[in-house]
Amino acid sequence: MSTTAEADNAPAGGDRVARQLIGFVRLLRDNDLPLGLRESADCLRAARQVGLDDMQSLRLAFRALLCTSRADWKRFDQLFDLYWRGHGTKVETRIAQGGGRAASRRGADTRGPRTARNSILGSARGNGLQAESSEGRRGGASEVESLARTDLRHINEPDELDRVYALSERLARQMRYRLSRRERQRRRGRRLDLRKTIHRSVPYGGTPMKLAFRARRDKPLRLVVLLDASGSMSLYSAFFLRFLRGVLDHFREAEAFVFHTRLVHISTALREKDVEKALERTALMATGWGGGTRIGDSLAAFNRHHAKSVLNSRSVVMIVSDGYDTGSPEKLGREMAQLMRRARRIVWLNPMIGWRDYAPEAGGMKAALPYVDLFAPAHNLESLAALEPYLASL
Amino acid sequence: MIPDRTQILERLTAVGYVAEPQLAMALALMQALKRPLLLEGEAGVGKTEVAKALAAVLDAPLIRLQCYEGLDANAAVYEWDYQRQLLAIKIWESESLSAAEKERHIFDEGFLLKRPLLQAISMAQPPVLLIDEIDRADEEFEAYLLEVLSDFQVSIPELGTVTAQAIPYVVLTSNGTRELSDALRRRCLYHYVDFPNPDKELRILLARVPGIERDLAQQIVRFVQGLRKEDLQKKPGVAESLDWASALLGLGMSDLLTDMEALHESLMCLLKTQEDRAMVTIEVVERLAGKAV
Repeated sequence: MSTTAEADNAPAGGDRVARQLIGFVRLLRDNDLPLGLRESADCLRAARQVGLDDMQSLRLAFRALLCTSRADWKRFDQLFDLYWRGHGTKVETRIAQGGGRAASRRGADTRGPRTARNSILGSARGNGLQAESSEGRRGGASEVESLARTDLRHINEPDELDRVYALSERLARQMRYRLSRRERQRRRGRRLDLRKTIHRSVPYGGTPMKLAFRARRDKPLRLVVLLDASGSMSLYSAFFLRFLRGVLDHFREAEAFVFHTRLVHISTALREKDVEKALERTALMATGWGGGTRIGDSLAAFNRHHAKSVLNSRSVVMIVSDGYDTGSPEKLGREMAQLMRRARRIVWLNPMIGWRDYAPEAGGMKAALPYVDLFAPAHNLESLAALEPYLASL
Repeated sequence: MIPDRTQILERLTAVGYVAEPQLAMALALMQALKRPLLLEGEAGVGKTEVAKALAAVLDAPLIRLQCYEGLDANAAVYEWDYQRQLLAIKIWESESLSAAEKERHIFDEGFLLKRPLLQAISMAQPPVLLIDEIDRADEEFEAYLLEVLSDFQVSIPELGTVTAQAIPYVVLTSNGTRELSDALRRRCLYHYVDFPNPDKELRILLARVPGIERDLAQQIVRFVQGLRKEDLQKKPGVAESLDWASALLGLGMSDLLTDMEALHESLMCLLKTQEDRAMVTIEVVERLAGKAV
């Protein structure tokens, strides 16, 4: 670790103080504050100038120096007290105690009980994805094709399941590739940038020798996926989580949320490099909630807390849900109306459309439909692949 | 040495900015460590005002760069005044100057249009550089800005590198419409500007609205604080309560309860969306006003 190097950098006189400060920085680092060597050095500098006996001033100084976001800002006091009021000797144990409230989100996610993941992932098995994906490719075209048409509910052989996952990731990758290719083609047509052309003509005495063209900025589509993880969707959610992971990996701008009775932002957890770990983390985030699906409330939470930072004018919101809402349809309708105003397009994927004799009768589904730009089935891989031309045409 | 914080607080108060010790500390560290200060918070809580107040306290010029989507180096750093360059070329055509001489004249600093960033680093006295709403600019610009903020130099191919004569005091603000990069966050000191508590908001009103009665100010603060607790889409900021206070003064109201009708209509100063207007009915206004008085 870098901590020994930090300790060496400290002035000889204030050795003990330096060590304590470094311990504090380390505690913050363990709590996901992005701090480096430079910050430790700044801390020492500030501490020397503020004076060590003035705790209140130290608190103010460290907060300004070390916080980098609103979340840090809000829990800084707690962390500060935890460390300095406890004299920073047995930090490790103290974090563990504080873990329930604020400390170590990371720890709570990864070290949690392993059994919990099954509730959302169903029989999902995520071991060694790379190996499986190559196996899936060797499976032959016809086999892949028939799998693509099978309803996801009916796939329950473990290695069939694995192949579906591999296929879905490949699909997401393809989608990303085709989208960007489409963009490249469109960009062939160039427009003259008059302002720049005149500017460039200056060295040639006003004769436009070098033409300047308006470069189109690469503005990829942003995909925001809201996945229903309620009981009625449980047959599908394991599969969609895999699919989401593929999407997040391959779209430059994508965000993912899971909802059920409340809404959880899972992008960071899903981006974890280790597939197994990522799915485990997401599964943990999605468990332990009460029954029922509150689509309206979840959308409200999204509109209120996330929409501003996540949506822009190039965003497509993709809601994956069967539309069985235990909340009021009016609320769902209201929130959908608000969402429509922020997003470029709303796509609602409903696995039930693939079932025979299905009509969107559920109250919630009916209330939401007027605001949906594309209402499409999502019960098998083929139906997902059919989305690609639609997304590419935006 | 870190400047005296009580002194900073006093001077901020003197220029009409009501601050808490945490902000004074941030400003002091900013001067001592020569680091930019990143301010985050809801719209209308007075982030931009911090930069203005700092400029007033330091008696330094304020240079403002308003960010927007598509902001590029031309608009932020420098641009050649090509119209004048072309004119100059036409004029010199008749004169017998060598090509090299002409070129030297044309790419003279006189033809350089300094945009805020270049302006800020070419001043002898350190100015306050306000980079407003950095979250609206593109990621590419943010990366470029990071480079300028760490080296405080700008290179102009025709002229060479311009290095800062004095390091400006940089204040960045963000509304959180986009997540800023960790690199930028780490480069900066951080301060989160929250909605003020009742006591602070009262002091702000008294400092900023000339001729307001303490009693009315008190009522306004309680009303606005109550309103913020309602389920609104867009909560009124400090700027809004200042507007509203001026509006009420202009309407000649000395007490919120005198004219419910007018009070309800004057809420256009506070509520900025159709939904919020519809939600805060006259009954809600009556309830809030009743509690505030």
